[in-house]
Amino acid sequence: MAYDSFSILKSSAVPLPIENVDTDQIIPARFLKATERKGFGDNLFRDWRYDKNDQPKADFVLNNPTYQGKILVGGKNFGSGSSREHAAWAIYDYGFRCVVSSFFADIFRGNAINVGILPVQVSPEFLHQIFEAIEKDPKTELEVNLPEQRISIVATGAYESFDINGYKKHNLLNGFDDIDYLQAMKDEIVSFASNR
Amino acid sequence: MSNTPSTLFDKVWDSHVVRKIEDGPDVFFIDRHFIHEVTSPVAFLGLETRGIGVLFPERTFATADHNTPTINQHLPVEDPLSANQLLQLEKNTSKYGISHWGLGNPKNGIVHVVGPENGITLPGMTIVCGDSHTSTHGAFGAIAFGIGTSEVEMVLSSQCIMQPKPKKMIINVNGTLGKGVTPKDVALYIISKLSTSGATGYFVEYAGDVFRNMSMEGRMTVCNLSIEMGARGGMIAPDQTTFNYIEGRDLAPKGADWDKQLAYWKTLKTDEGASFDQVINFNASDIEPMITYGTNPGMGMGISKHIPKAKDVEGGVATYEKSLDYMGFAEDEAMIGKKVDYVFIGSCTNGRIEDFRAFASIVKGRKKADHVTAWVVPGSHIVEKQIKDEGIYDILTEAGFELRQPGCSACLAMNDDKIPAGKYAVSTSNRNFEGRQGPGSRTLLASPLVAAAAAVTGVVTDPREFL
Repeated sequence: MAYDSFSILKSSAVPLPIENVDTDQIIPARFLKATERKGFGDNLFRDWRYDKNDQPKADFVLNNPTYQGKILVGGKNFGSGSSREHAAWAIYDYGFRCVVSSFFADIFRGNAINVGILPVQVSPEFLHQIFEAIEKDPKTELEVNLPEQRISIVATGAYESFDINGYKKHNLLNGFDDIDYLQAMKDEIVSFASNR
Repeated sequence: MSNTPSTLFDKVWDSHVVRKIEDGPDVFFIDRHFIHEVTSPVAFLGLETRGIGVLFPERTFATADHNTPTINQHLPVEDPLSANQLLQLEKNTSKYGISHWGLGNPKNGIVHVVGPENGITLPGMTIVCGDSHTSTHGAFGAIAFGIGTSEVEMVLSSQCIMQPKPKKMIINVNGTLGKGVTPKDVALYIISKLSTSGATGYFVEYAGDVFRNMSMEGRMTVCNLSIEMGARGGMIAPDQTTFNYIEGRDLAPKGADWDKQLAYWKTLKTDEGASFDQVINFNASDIEPMITYGTNPGMGMGISKHIPKAKDVEGGVATYEKSLDYMGFAEDEAMIGKKVDYVFIGSCTNGRIEDFRAFASIVKGRKKADHVTAWVVPGSHIVEKQIKDEGIYDILTEAGFELRQPGCSACLAMNDDKIPAGKYAVSTSNRNFEGRQGPGSRTLLASPLVAAAAAVTGVVTDPREFL
């Protein structure tokens, strides 16, 4: 089992209503020098979170104790740029298990699922509703229901369905990963390779 | 054989599917896998933890590039964390029998430069690397794209990854490019029209006169930047230009094997009547030398134009204003004449010989502006040698430039080549994200010609003045 399984997550959320949040913002390249997967959460959004003297910037949402939770809600085109999985590791290590946006960059979306973070893509309208609900009440809870592929704003009952393919859903629900799957079909791969 | 017309992309993709999973991704076979020091150590650690090995070590190639210094490469690397990553790469590759071109190796250089120049990258292949600019290799008619570290571990252990097949987009650019308009400008133009998310979910084929008439170096620049419009990758059908480039390279097929492969490569093109999910057409004559003014590669414009007004831009005004504020620019300003502090030529985007030829064509007989710090960084030792052999080194030296040693350098500033906070850099690299070239750095993406013009005048300058 590669990571914690994911089923239903009910939590308040941290809003980041900025578009095109790229992976260089999520984790700047100078923090990619570890050779083990630990401690990346400390540098999540490093340059938005801390000033050049490493002091927390009061106006950044992660430094505002009003906003807490296991769900990060970002603007359109979240995770664009570099393929660094470190971005997903940083988000996971910080404590998020789900990222909600109206649009995800491809590589980030794949990396997120591979490390056990559920990327939930919603319509721009529903994203707006979520941001509004959090603005009104920072403690407002979202419920992300993977078995039913549904995300809802608990207080209002508003909800939307989201897509995920059956294979990845099964993996997340059970904490399986692709390597388990591929190891089990090694003979088929070797035979395929020998015909190339 | 089916008679249904198919695309270049379909031909290559479909021939690499080991298994189709219902309501899931394809199990996708990878011919060649590049690794580097930054995104591979955790993958090797994963193999150890699971107690599994490398299935086909001969299909993986390692080079050190991301965090390496670009001066004094003969000395031990000073930064202990970088030194450790380099050491891990050496240990891991040696343990599993993977070829490794580390610092000091004459074949060392940026992964997306050394793959093609050594004949590792070939048409019709599937190629991945833990680096989003792996799209570069699509210039040869390969399906090439960046992957995360979990996928690096998959490729090492099973030579496969799990990928849903992307949708297909074709971008046609026809006509003749104007004076001073380079492949970099073509790519920045397309990205400015499509935005950084315009091709997300797609794999792109570039077609039309402009790409047919382009050199392999130029095609690599274009394919390299595919990821900057959100596409997983981009590819160009191989032709005689491609075959001429590959023939005779160190690891390229030879003799009867060459003939056999060449016959296959010649089938790699989109059939007439094949369909795409999206077709986009541009005219070459609409493209000017480009420059970016904001904090993503989609925020680019013709160098003679003014910065767009927030109200005319798609997307959120707040995000746009945040971006201009970071850059210290205002809407409707001209870019021409803005002071430049740093110039960087290099990277997997523009670190090949043709880029240095273009740069030299403008700096020849001129002098670097005194206040400009310029970093001239070849993409590999082979490019470095070409620069010296062709006399470009002398032109650069006479103009006051210093040639550094190969690596990714200031493109992502993992080494000491960092642009200081608040300073402006005209850069031939691929990303102008906040802090990309060092905390607080401000990046203007442009072609080698625009970089050269800025380096000699010290301000943003239209390179056509010098041509």
